[in-house]
Amino acid sequence: MSNVFAQRRQKLLSLKALRGTSPAPAHTEETCPACGGVVRRRDLVIARYVCPLCGHHYPIGAYYRLSLVLDKGTFRELDGNLTSNDPLSFPGYREKLEQARHRTGMNEGVVTATGRIGGQKVAVGALDNRFFMGSMSAALGEKVTRLVEFAEKYKLPLILFSASGGARMQEGILSLMQMAKTSAALERFSQKGGLFISVLTHPTTGGVTASFASLGDIMLAEPGALIGSAGPRVIEQTIGEKLPEGFQRAEYLLEHGFLDAIVPRTHLRDTLIRLLRLHGKGGSDRGK
Amino acid sequence: MENKLTPAQRVALARHQERPGTADLIAALFTDFFEQRGDRLCQDDGSILGGIALFHGRPVTVIGHRKGRTLEEHLAYHFGMPSPEGYRKAQRLMKQAEKFGRPVITFIDTPGAYPGLEAEARGQGEAIARTLALSSSLTVPVISIVTGEGGSGGALALGVGNKVLMLENAVYSVLSPEGFAAILWKDSSRSDEACDVMKLTAADLLELGVIDEVIPEPAGGAHTDLHALCKTLDGILTRELNALCKQSGQALAAGRYKKFRQMGAMALRKERP
Repeated sequence: MSNVFAQRRQKLLSLKALRGTSPAPAHTEETCPACGGVVRRRDLVIARYVCPLCGHHYPIGAYYRLSLVLDKGTFRELDGNLTSNDPLSFPGYREKLEQARHRTGMNEGVVTATGRIGGQKVAVGALDNRFFMGSMSAALGEKVTRLVEFAEKYKLPLILFSASGGARMQEGILSLMQMAKTSAALERFSQKGGLFISVLTHPTTGGVTASFASLGDIMLAEPGALIGSAGPRVIEQTIGEKLPEGFQRAEYLLEHGFLDAIVPRTHLRDTLIRLLRLHGKGGSDRGK
Repeated sequence: MENKLTPAQRVALARHQERPGTADLIAALFTDFFEQRGDRLCQDDGSILGGIALFHGRPVTVIGHRKGRTLEEHLAYHFGMPSPEGYRKAQRLMKQAEKFGRPVITFIDTPGAYPGLEAEARGQGEAIARTLALSSSLTVPVISIVTGEGGSGGALALGVGNKVLMLENAVYSVLSPEGFAAILWKDSSRSDEACDVMKLTAADLLELGVIDEVIPEPAGGAHTDLHALCKTLDGILTRELNALCKQSGQALAAGRYKKFRQMGAMALRKERP
């Protein structure tokens, strides 16, 4: 019996998480942080949180992100209850975790799931900026690793949307070790012929960039996304000068050979469908 | 005396000017070292020192961070902070080690990967990620030894070993204590405080299951007696190499996977659904 309530609670929590990214009252207005233009919230939602004036891509939550690319009704979350245990007994971490959980309705900074894209079954994950900046915790690394292993076991294409501030400081060295863990899992997956599409969204930095996010067979990014190993502030301090305009942005990485394509949010689903088909796993007429 | 040292004091010892670096250890532990340079793509990064050497007659590939001794060296090697070219050189050497069936021995001593403009432009993140992926799957033994500072992903890139050992006064952490304090408390001067909560000493890391063994240092620190330190290291390397060389390539790769797969297992909890 308690299980029924547990499931209901889970559902309410995921709805709460969804609500964080879904339409607010239509009459409210937003000022675009990129162009300063005033946009009606409703238009912003219709445009999937891309500024209709300048094309600025707002950061979006993981559930909403996945809803934009998955076929309707196919989302099945994996390991949704996995969370951190404060392994270093770090002062204040437990409370902060509790707050983040309460605020977002999520247990970790990544949502992993199976679903279908254009009819093709996939293993998919999305990091969420609102939960500790999508930083790499042991639980986040574990969920990503389990997703990779799941994809390997069921021979599914793997798609990961990254958005991360880097390491979870409060988990110290165990956060660092997740870089090795996730990279090792992806290497195995790759050796067995698995397809990994890595999509970098704003911002993807630090340990996530220096591990799983950079290991895609296909590397995509959203326009304007900040992508880097070291953060811009650290680099400025090191070299003692201002960084050039556009440094570490998706367009810069494309130019330097680290991306296959920059794909606007509105085209992501279609691009993924196309890529899955190109890998012979799309099913010729199963798509919509 | 060792137990009485605070984490901050160990950080100071790990960064000591006179602390034996990769070049010193290679000279003392191996014979006939042949340095291999360059990433075969664009450059040679001297902050990664690597090559082939003999360990009691057995060919091995040695790769380590190099901080340098003189000011000119420090500057040339960015104080031991590698650029992508360094990691790509390491990858090249690892692949060769696998091809020729040589065990890989790595020495870790870096504040972190170099956070510079060119380093980012040439894909620092990708270079580290590829090194991690490659080293996780090598079919030859890999032994990693944290000898000084093990800072962030720049250190870990050389740290995916079947055995990960650590000198008693070495430190290994997600970030330098200064960087840690700056990020968490916006105040890099609180680094001593950071040292206390980061769990970065060899004893802490042994307890967390991140390393396999703590290698004792001579009283006063590694720099006081290189000869004694290398005698200890020689014995441990001999023992570990003998054990690992008995395993098949597949078992070595599988063992390494298993080892890193469980990292942080104690940090997980299932939230009541």
